[in-house]
Amino acid sequence: MRNTWTLSISRIRLAMRSKPFIFFSFVMPMAFLFGYVLIFGRGSPAAVQYLLGAILGLTVMGSFWGLSMQLVMFRETGILRRFRVAPIGAGAMLGSSIISNYFLTLPTIVIEFMICRWVFKMPSWGNLWGVFLLVSVGAATFSAFGLIVASVTNNVQETQVINNVIWMGFLFLSGATIPLGFLPHWVQRAALFLPATYLVTGLEGAMLWTAGARVLAEDFFILAIGFLIAFEISRQLFRWDPEARVPGRAKLWVAAAMVPFLLMGAWENVYGSRLIQIRAEFVRMQERATAPQPK
Amino acid sequence: MNEAAIQVEDLYKSYGAVEALRGVSFHVAEGEVFGLLGPNGAGKTSAVEILEGLRTPDRGRVRVCGLDPQSSGTEFKQLAGAVLQSTALPEKMKTGEALELFAKFYRKHADTTKLLRRFQLQEKRNAFYGQLSGGQKQRLALALALVNDPRVLFLDEPTAGLDPQVRREIYDIIEELRSEKKTILLTTHYIEEAERLCDRVAIVDHGRVIVTGTPHELKQRSAGTTRIQVRLARPVVNGALERLEGVADCREFEGSYVLHSTRPPQTIVALVKQLEAEGNELQSLEIASPSLEDVFIELTGRRLRE
Repeated sequence: MRNTWTLSISRIRLAMRSKPFIFFSFVMPMAFLFGYVLIFGRGSPAAVQYLLGAILGLTVMGSFWGLSMQLVMFRETGILRRFRVAPIGAGAMLGSSIISNYFLTLPTIVIEFMICRWVFKMPSWGNLWGVFLLVSVGAATFSAFGLIVASVTNNVQETQVINNVIWMGFLFLSGATIPLGFLPHWVQRAALFLPATYLVTGLEGAMLWTAGARVLAEDFFILAIGFLIAFEISRQLFRWDPEARVPGRAKLWVAAAMVPFLLMGAWENVYGSRLIQIRAEFVRMQERATAPQPK
Repeated sequence: MNEAAIQVEDLYKSYGAVEALRGVSFHVAEGEVFGLLGPNGAGKTSAVEILEGLRTPDRGRVRVCGLDPQSSGTEFKQLAGAVLQSTALPEKMKTGEALELFAKFYRKHADTTKLLRRFQLQEKRNAFYGQLSGGQKQRLALALALVNDPRVLFLDEPTAGLDPQVRREIYDIIEELRSEKKTILLTTHYIEEAERLCDRVAIVDHGRVIVTGTPHELKQRSAGTTRIQVRLARPVVNGALERLEGVADCREFEGSYVLHSTRPPQTIVALVKQLEAEGNELQSLEIASPSLEDVFIELTGRRLRE
């Protein structure tokens, strides 16, 4: 654990010196924030309360991009080989990725909150404990997905292609960019099989106080189970050397990371009331956004 | 010699159809500098990476300080230091930070300030890795390899790609380590490196150890002979040079002929007569004592850098 922590601190320091990191982890989420609030929310404080959930979701999910790229680049350039001859295991290397990413994500989340509350006059802070728990577990889960991508791809180009495919799904089918309530019903049903949906809808519910403790706990646990499975898979598939190829069966292991979300999606589609709640919240958000602003 | 710090027995390793190691065996005594000398692709790096625990052998037995690098996990890593052939650090990591970071991974570690001073990196303490020159990066790699004050040090081509000035600096450092009685396994394809730094050398080619001994012992294989390298205007025919007086061995390389002669004056006189008789001309002639390169050529029929 000491090595994991030592590595985490070093990686936080390295990230703070990286211009691409600052751009993708700070500048871009802020651009999303202003774009969302001004375009979708038309600056309405009440709409901001709803939109911040999706914005936080995007910020948290973004970690999977950076982590997978960084790890593959570390492997390609031989950096991981140098660490491998030191007494460090795959668990420490991967654990430090998740811990460092978590502590690097939190400041952006806090700034987003402060801007929404003080610049855009968001009416309340929302369910802060709920948001904190979901942001924490979400950051870990999506980091672990990034680590799996890094484990099954052989070079940066391949990683970019796979990341793009996954990212598009997360971005457009989870309600993070286009509100889920706005999408066709069959897409809403399909979205219930995606981990991103549980993060985004959970955060929206926490921001609006519409999600009760049971719903938030469901979202938390499904993401936590996803994290544990994804982390273990990434640990099993981790490769230090660029020459080490991915065994064919590894790609089947990756599918295992989706099992909890497939089960949850199936349950929600048959018995759950999540979609009804999502649609209702979307309608309320539209009403708030179009309501005349108090002078 | 003391008890062997490194033992390698009958090591085999293949990559698909390529057999990198075909029954390699050698041992390195405690405090010895042992060199694996061979051309690129001879299997040196495969052998050393198995010893570092980076690769799994197909067959064979390996022990470093009595430990199996594959199965002993971090315990083995606490005792060993390594300069890898292809490695790097993050571009934005500072030199001093790198040493401090790696020092924290080990139970026992050297004073990082002293290491920076020893490797003339104290002025670069706050420089990013990406800003260092090739020589500075290699000095840092050596410093990192020593950060845990290792019992055994693996140096895989530590001077490859460096200019002669930097190479000499690295030689000085390795000589210092040698005087401190560190056990070192060094791979190289530079003859002068093996001759200057190693107590014993194993010549490796096509995944096999061809011969092992001290540089002096190996050169004794060509004992009593002198190396005469000649360049001629036209090639000679029918092995005429092999039949010259005193010639023990004759080989052709890149348009030159390398003769090993037991009686150099007679050989040279006979050579001049032979060329006159053939109407051939002598373009250049060099005489030298046999080197490890000659031993390698004798044993493999090839130059080290072919």
